[in-house]
Amino acid sequence: MKRPEDTFDAQRETHLWLAQRLSAMVLALCIIVHLVTIVGAVQGGLSAAEIIDRVAGSGVWFAFYAVFVAAIVVHAPIGLRAILSEMTKLSRARVDLLCFIAAIFIAVLGFRVVWGFYTMGGAA
Amino acid sequence: MSRETLTVAVWRGAEKGRYQKYEVPRQESQTVLDVITYIQRHIDPSLSYRFACRVGVCGSCAMTVNGSPRWTCRTHVDKVLDDTGQLDVAPLRNLEVIKDLSVDMTDFFDKWAKAKGQFHGSETRHDDFSAVSPDSPQRKVASAGIECIGCGVCYSACDVVAWNKDYLGPAALNRAWTLMNDERDVAGIDRLKAVAGAGGCQACHSQQGCVERCVKHLNPTGAIAGLKRATAIAALKGQLK
Amino acid sequence: MRTAHRDHPNYWAFVVHRVSGVLLALFLPVHFQVLYMGLNDAAQFDKFLTWTHLPIVKAAETVLILILAAHLTGGLRLLAIEFLPWRNGQKTIVSITAGLSLVIALVYLLNAA
Repeated sequence: MKRPEDTFDAQRETHLWLAQRLSAMVLALCIIVHLVTIVGAVQGGLSAAEIIDRVAGSGVWFAFYAVFVAAIVVHAPIGLRAILSEMTKLSRARVDLLCFIAAIFIAVLGFRVVWGFYTMGGAA
Repeated sequence: MSRETLTVAVWRGAEKGRYQKYEVPRQESQTVLDVITYIQRHIDPSLSYRFACRVGVCGSCAMTVNGSPRWTCRTHVDKVLDDTGQLDVAPLRNLEVIKDLSVDMTDFFDKWAKAKGQFHGSETRHDDFSAVSPDSPQRKVASAGIECIGCGVCYSACDVVAWNKDYLGPAALNRAWTLMNDERDVAGIDRLKAVAGAGGCQACHSQQGCVERCVKHLNPTGAIAGLKRATAIAALKGQLK
Repeated sequence: MRTAHRDHPNYWAFVVHRVSGVLLALFLPVHFQVLYMGLNDAAQFDKFLTWTHLPIVKAAETVLILILAAHLTGGLRLLAIEFLPWRNGQKTIVSITAGLSLVIALVYLLNAA
């Protein structure tokens, strides 16, 4: 017999799986753009001015990096969740909590940078 | 190793135990099951192992041979000896050892039932036979997976089974996928509910140990991918609640 | 314990994907933190960036790009398995992802050096 928590589990796990795969598809595109940008940027050496010149005040780059960070916030914690539940003895509730904290942590650090670069146009 | 005899290390005991070495006469076209049978008949009758058909039909003689799960009746000694001529035979991984080379297959088969591996039709014996076209795409997908002999080799080859005790495993999920493609079967959504979740198809990481080791050359990873897509569509429709 | 059941390319690809994923997750907060530093003090950031001219740092960056590329190509391989019709020749696909990752890392190295 199926217990109620099992059916809850089926819906939730499938949604998480799908969220990780969809965010992976977004990340694949973002990383390709990121790699091309990096290779372009490192030619002749990196500088703060060069980065700021490119992204500060740019709505397009802001949107790109916002989507990039959002996809990471979805993708990475779900991956860590699978690893922690398979390779540690932590309970499922504890793993979920840790991964939720990881998601918040990545989101705060990431969006702080994305927003900062976008808004610093005048200051630089 | 001399040409006339083979030294084989065989697991003796249960979960706790040790390898015991035996000298077995070497023969042409000798299978690993031949070696084990020789030991049991001529050296130590207390050796426990399981077999029935000896010709690759029944799926009962699977063991771990030199670290990999194999059907011992169809595994020639020549093919598995490494450069050092070593042969060691242990019970299947991921299942509880009863004694020596015999494992308890209960979990393995219970998970088939849990994955709703039974056929559920809507017709009775009073109805006429269902006509299923051999050319229909669904029938072809079902056919690709139905030759499973339930030997447990894939289950033993899979690290996700080792890491996640709820994981239903490649064989049970492969079975569920063949039934999802059986157009006579009516248990669709219930089966998708059964194969989704922490122990379900989403737990698979496509390591493909099952594909690598399946004695019947089936493709459980492909079947599980099919279940992942089917459960994702059902979840989006809210049908897995 | 013998682990010969793991001796096949798709298992190695799994290990690479898992390890690279963990390393990227660990690197990410550092990456964000360094960028945040650059945001607040461009001069300090440029001083930090001169450090990246060291060959050893260039080598480390190249390894980082290799890790990212491996996770990208390995991830695309997994998405293909899960969302596209099955293809035979999975081992060939694994070697293509490995080769592609090395090419990406090399392209980075040639441009950074």
